[in-house]
Amino acid sequence: MRVRKNIATSDEGFIFNPTTGDSFSANTIGAEIINLLKKDLALKEVADIICDKYDVDRSLFERDLEDFTLQLKDYSILE
Amino acid sequence: MEKQRYERPIIVKMNTGLMNKFGTKSENEPVTNIESVPVKSLLKNYGSPLFVISEKQIRRNYQNAVRIFKTRYPKVQFAWSYKTNYMNAVCRIFHQEGSWAEVVSGFEYDKALYNGVSGNKIIFNGPDKSDEDLIKAAKNNSLIHIDHYDELYSLIRLSEEYKLKPRVAIRVNMDTGIYPKWDRFGFNFENGQAWNALTRIINSENLELVGIHCHIGTFMLSPGAYTIAARNLCELAWSLKERFGKMVQYIDLGGGFPSTNTLKGAYLPGIDTVPSLDQFADAITDVILGYGFRQEELPLLILETGRALIDDAGYILGTVLATKRLSDGRRATIMDFGLNSLFTSLWYEHKISPAQKLGNQTEEMVMFGPLCMNIDIVRESITMPMLQKGDQVVVHKVGAYNMTQWMQFITLRPNIVLIDNENNTHIIRKAENLGYIQQLEEVPEHLKKPKV
Repeated sequence: MRVRKNIATSDEGFIFNPTTGDSFSANTIGAEIINLLKKDLALKEVADIICDKYDVDRSLFERDLEDFTLQLKDYSILE
Repeated sequence: MEKQRYERPIIVKMNTGLMNKFGTKSENEPVTNIESVPVKSLLKNYGSPLFVISEKQIRRNYQNAVRIFKTRYPKVQFAWSYKTNYMNAVCRIFHQEGSWAEVVSGFEYDKALYNGVSGNKIIFNGPDKSDEDLIKAAKNNSLIHIDHYDELYSLIRLSEEYKLKPRVAIRVNMDTGIYPKWDRFGFNFENGQAWNALTRIINSENLELVGIHCHIGTFMLSPGAYTIAARNLCELAWSLKERFGKMVQYIDLGGGFPSTNTLKGAYLPGIDTVPSLDQFADAITDVILGYGFRQEELPLLILETGRALIDDAGYILGTVLATKRLSDGRRATIMDFGLNSLFTSLWYEHKISPAQKLGNQTEEMVMFGPLCMNIDIVRESITMPMLQKGDQVVVHKVGAYNMTQWMQFITLRPNIVLIDNENNTHIIRKAENLGYIQQLEEVPEHLKKPKV
């Protein structure tokens, strides 16, 4: 599960896909996940980091992460 | 180290194009109390979902409507429309305030009697009145509003047979310029049917003609339609006076005033587009006062307003059962209430607020009910903060028709709680249980031991 190489991201959550010309806005956690995925971290490692930092039940986060990655695929941000 | 507050990750595609000057207002301001009672404690004590009614708001609405009409016209009487909400507690608030009862079936008639309304203050409308209903209403001196010729002739026959002198009016239908034209109830004005029916009543020995009634539609957005209706009823009253020297005691303009809910398909929210009660009052009273009746013969003006007096006094509180993503990418939220309890979600884009502070991020979603039915949609599209399982919401303006038209379908109907003037809470209808639903069922002997 890798973020396409040419996807531009900012820490504030602005995302630009030069292939399609689409722009996106993500919330803080969304932007953080995309940046972690850009570093080629596995989903399990992403979950470890986020659950360590935020007050969230792991099973709830795993559900949200699955939904989020589906959206990223849908928007051609993930390969 | 203390962990940071979590918010579900979200990504939104940015669309370029012309700005919409109206924007998309998101309802993310939490509503944590109804009157002064916390939503959380209501749901904890009475379960979810839960209907809540504010007594204070009902009284405010009623007193405001009375003031609006009585400052314009000397003789006004409201009659509470039972079909809008016939919870006994609700009806009794209106009766305490001075409202008569307006009923449309034998069942509602008996309910009004049970609520202590004296027979002569019950208006009996509707096309379905049995002989027993008519006899009872005539004996109780109620106001019987005749809907069709079959009923008129039944009443003439019964009054002769039982030596009764029923007090009657006719319901008149007419073209007030609105679509659809409600011509299925009553006698038509334009083709002369209404006049013929009135003549027939005057000529009968046993019926006492006391009024003329119309009910031109529901959720009426045009005060002008009431101007036409009032003028037509005045014309009939005037003709009766001229021709027979008989002045009717009252003119009943029925109901139909809208609440500030937003109808489906409406371009702007109801709160911005629905005419005020003052505009309807002007439309009606200007015509009657200006028609030429002498001061002492001015008829009593009866109004059967329902929805406009109760809608914003009712709420349904509910809880998110689940959230999911649909195949087309839309977010979906499944609530524990649906079409079965919130029947009016078929007509309105109900305003829904979160019941707790959530993040500032919002998202567009479809809001489904809990039924295993594709049609069970509470809102087809609503922008809300990011809801998750267990979050609670408040749906506004649900006081009219939901507690009468709701369905016992798939799930059981919830508690209804009244918040009184002192902010005490009372259950006014208990949540249903299996025993209640099955008490009228019978299982034939040969099916009592099924082979399973």
